Amino acid sequence: MNRLQQWLPRLVLAPSFFVILVFVYAFILYTGYLSFTDSRMLPSYGWVGFENYTKLFALRHWNTALVNLAIFGVLYIGICSVLGLFLAILLDQKIRGEGFIRPIYLYPMALSFIVTGTAWKWFLDPGIGIENTFHNLGWTSFHFDWIKDRNYAIYTVVIAAVWQSSGFVMAMFLAGLRGVDNEIIKAAQIDGASPARIYRKIIIPMMRPVFLSAFVVLAHLAIKAYDLVIALTGGGPGRATEVPATFMYSYTFTRNQMGVGASSAIIMMIMVFSIIIPYLYSELKSGDNR
Amino acid sequence: MKMRNFALSASVAAMIASSVTIASADDVEVLHWWTAGGEAAALNVLKEDLAGQGVGWKDMPIAGGGGTDAMTVLRARVTGGNAPTAAQMLGFDIKDWAGSTGKLGNLDSVAEKEGWNDVVPAALQDFSKHDGHWIAAPVNVHSTNWVWINKEALDAAGGKQPETWEELIAVLDAMKANGITPLAHGGQAWQDATIFDAVVLGVSPELYKAAFIDLDEAALGGEQMVEAFDRMAKLRTYVDDNFSGRDWNLASAMVIEGKAGMQMMGDWAKGEFLKADQVPGKDFVCIRFPGTQGKVTFNSDQFVMFDQGGASEAQLAMASSVMSPTFQSAFNVVKGSVPARTDVPNTDFDDCGKKGMADFAEANAAGGLYGSMAHGHANPASVKNAIYDVVTAHFNGEYDSAAAAEELVSAVEAAK
Amino acid sequence: MTRSISQDNAVSSSRMTRALIYAVLLVFVFYYLLPLYVMVANSFKPLDEIRGGDLMALPKVWTLAPWASAWSSAQIGVEPTGLKPYFINSILIVVPAVFLSTVFGALNGYVLTKWRFKGDGIVFGMMLLSCFIPFQIVLIPAAKVLGFLGLAGTLKGLILIHFSAGIGFSTLFFRNYYAAFPTELIKAAQIDGASFFQIFRRILLPSSAPIIVVTVIWQFTNQWNDFLFGASFSGFGTTPMTVALNNLVNSSTGVKEYNVHFAGAILAALPTLLVYIVAGKYFVRGLMAGAVKG
Repeated sequence: MNRLQQWLPRLVLAPSFFVILVFVYAFILYTGYLSFTDSRMLPSYGWVGFENYTKLFALRHWNTALVNLAIFGVLYIGICSVLGLFLAILLDQKIRGEGFIRPIYLYPMALSFIVTGTAWKWFLDPGIGIENTFHNLGWTSFHFDWIKDRNYAIYTVVIAAVWQSSGFVMAMFLAGLRGVDNEIIKAAQIDGASPARIYRKIIIPMMRPVFLSAFVVLAHLAIKAYDLVIALTGGGPGRATEVPATFMYSYTFTRNQMGVGASSAIIMMIMVFSIIIPYLYSELKSGDNR
Repeated sequence: MKMRNFALSASVAAMIASSVTIASADDVEVLHWWTAGGEAAALNVLKEDLAGQGVGWKDMPIAGGGGTDAMTVLRARVTGGNAPTAAQMLGFDIKDWAGSTGKLGNLDSVAEKEGWNDVVPAALQDFSKHDGHWIAAPVNVHSTNWVWINKEALDAAGGKQPETWEELIAVLDAMKANGITPLAHGGQAWQDATIFDAVVLGVSPELYKAAFIDLDEAALGGEQMVEAFDRMAKLRTYVDDNFSGRDWNLASAMVIEGKAGMQMMGDWAKGEFLKADQVPGKDFVCIRFPGTQGKVTFNSDQFVMFDQGGASEAQLAMASSVMSPTFQSAFNVVKGSVPARTDVPNTDFDDCGKKGMADFAEANAAGGLYGSMAHGHANPASVKNAIYDVVTAHFNGEYDSAAAAEELVSAVEAAK
Repeated sequence: MTRSISQDNAVSSSRMTRALIYAVLLVFVFYYLLPLYVMVANSFKPLDEIRGGDLMALPKVWTLAPWASAWSSAQIGVEPTGLKPYFINSILIVVPAVFLSTVFGALNGYVLTKWRFKGDGIVFGMMLLSCFIPFQIVLIPAAKVLGFLGLAGTLKGLILIHFSAGIGFSTLFFRNYYAAFPTELIKAAQIDGASFFQIFRRILLPSSAPIIVVTVIWQFTNQWNDFLFGASFSGFGTTPMTVALNNLVNSSTGVKEYNVHFAGAILAALPTLLVYIVAGKYFVRGLMAGAVKG
């Protein structure tokens, strides 16, 4: 009986761990193996060494994709965090109608981008969207055609992505703010600290765990950004908004170059892990010491 | 308490272990991407026809990316040992599947009985057969070298339908002078490539064949190719600034409303015009891309059968229904394309459809039928997409024409 | 917002500042509502009006036809069924998958915080990292494994694949929540002779409501909106909502009925929207109660 009690926790954990082990880690190993093969339309197992990797890095669009992920990831995570925190602070000022505003900020997360993408695409289109509307209203010098400009199109992807997730991040921060012990704040107010100073010096530093959670959620969404790009720009103009997820999909499934697709997946994963593992490690470690 | 949780995990395990129900032998499960509107309704004709013969239809529609999502799903299903009975496929995808799986059904018996060899053009048969055996039943033939012109805008620009590149430019210039966008275009890689098909064919059919079908390096990087890219750059000057990312049907709408003069697009665009109650010859004009008269770049949707231990009765029945002249007529009238067999009467088709059928027959007789590069009928997917990359980059001004031709050679080489 | 969670963090401020705060909040209300407005406004327009007109304008002619069409008569594949029949498929997939990933997430969180063993950090780390894997990578091998298990094209297969994609996040949520739970209570119960599951059921579960809400919302949203797995691993009769929606809107050479597309998109999103609006209140409370603690 005691024996069982001792092993039970591990037994309970086992199914989930096993599923993860197979469906994630074994599959990554398999993809890793494919990246060294001559797979084209379907997996095949002729060994070609590093050829796919050589091809990959010779492709101009792969570099574009990496640069875009960096731009997108930094801006998206940064803006969502800052905006989320900002809105949460405002909403935490005993706002009348909070129950009305909050779901409005939150709802975009509930929508699939298959069609919201179309709404955004129209909205950002200079011919029929916001620019046109302002022109009709008489503000003819208004100019907003980023989605058509290959140097700026990636930023429109950021705008739509921020729209989708910043409300969710706001909710996380709002929860964090509500969890702050107000005795501390009262004490600071008695000491004569200004509101801005209280937020800067006391409350925001206490949000550290929220930043971690927000980072995990946002980083995961940034890496997986696929639907968004496909719906909004289709990777264009030209291939200017290609990101690794779309690159991987197109080489694996539409271009019948599965080997190259697999190698791009592996490179992408190595990069993602090399950023995320140290971050999670340090954060979780400090969490344990609490 | 413990028992309940064990029961839960046990039931999960049981769920994982239980097996699939296999589609009954009398049904066909069909993967396709005609998922909405009229074309899906047209496919229902086929379903009804099969139902009349006691063959059930299990529908597996997957839309997106002109069939690319459906191909992804097909790959997942074949890899999982769960191939559908039949799948819609295009051009080189058929060749690739036939070459890499060898798991396709053989339709020779029905083809022989119904004499497909005599009524299906050889250029199409090239895709419907593998190692001399019929593996696919062609449903339709789209042709991509069409130009759709707003009649009013054309009349204002002189009224003469352009027949050469120079005349085309003259009309475009006149339209520009009249204050409309001369060319309605959507900046998506496949749309750029669709125009490029026609432009290259217009420069010279030999160039088209050597560059796109034979993938000849000299042709890909040659002077004529530079000329073709120059013409693309010229066409770019007639497109409005907001073209990038626009869906093709919105470009059609611009022509319908008279905001733009013309669109260069495959025959599926006709559906948009008809849906807006436009009459061919009266409200809009359909012509072949100037300089490509008598020649047709085509793409053809076909149903490929997956092997179920020799082609089943249901598969043969489906193939036979697909090839029946009544279905070929009914479906293609709706779809905007032309029948894949040359002996179907043209009575139900509108003027553009009749012209399409006549052009197709003429091109077939004179050897002017070419697989469309843009739509995967000239070379494999990897090469096609490599060409897309260069054409799109050039159209968006990243290369000049000479650099584009040079880049085309290396991109094709890397993708082979 | 209920009393219990609205704390007095608000800093005292002048009338001017408060007006400014409301103004800023209102601006963002517009920002978030704008795309929804575009969708809703256009879903009530006849197609002609969309083709010709200003997409920001309200309909000149109001029509419900697109909604009716999207729900029950639009052509999806060869059948003119609308989205209606696909709802039930989505529910049959999502409800069990959400249930399983929540139950196992809770148990995993419990074990990882209260029954720690050597190497539990690595186990948790691996589960956490699994959240970052782009699903496209696992598509082909997952198809192989599902085929091997005989689950290709079945509801069970889809449930399994959603479970594998969701369990990482569930475990993360519950682990962080339970980490804040006093271990002394558990120790005391153990001394009293309570078993592993008794402790979970009697001590942890009763106070887990907020985090269960968070997990359910998160899993429900992700699984309801999934397209890739639904398209690749569903079969005839198991096709989920999103795949049907995509079939409705993404047909490449068909005529595009944007009004029907927008109506369909809103219909497809209703269950998640409903979950957000109804459970939104508990959502913030749940996050507050633990999900956001490191």
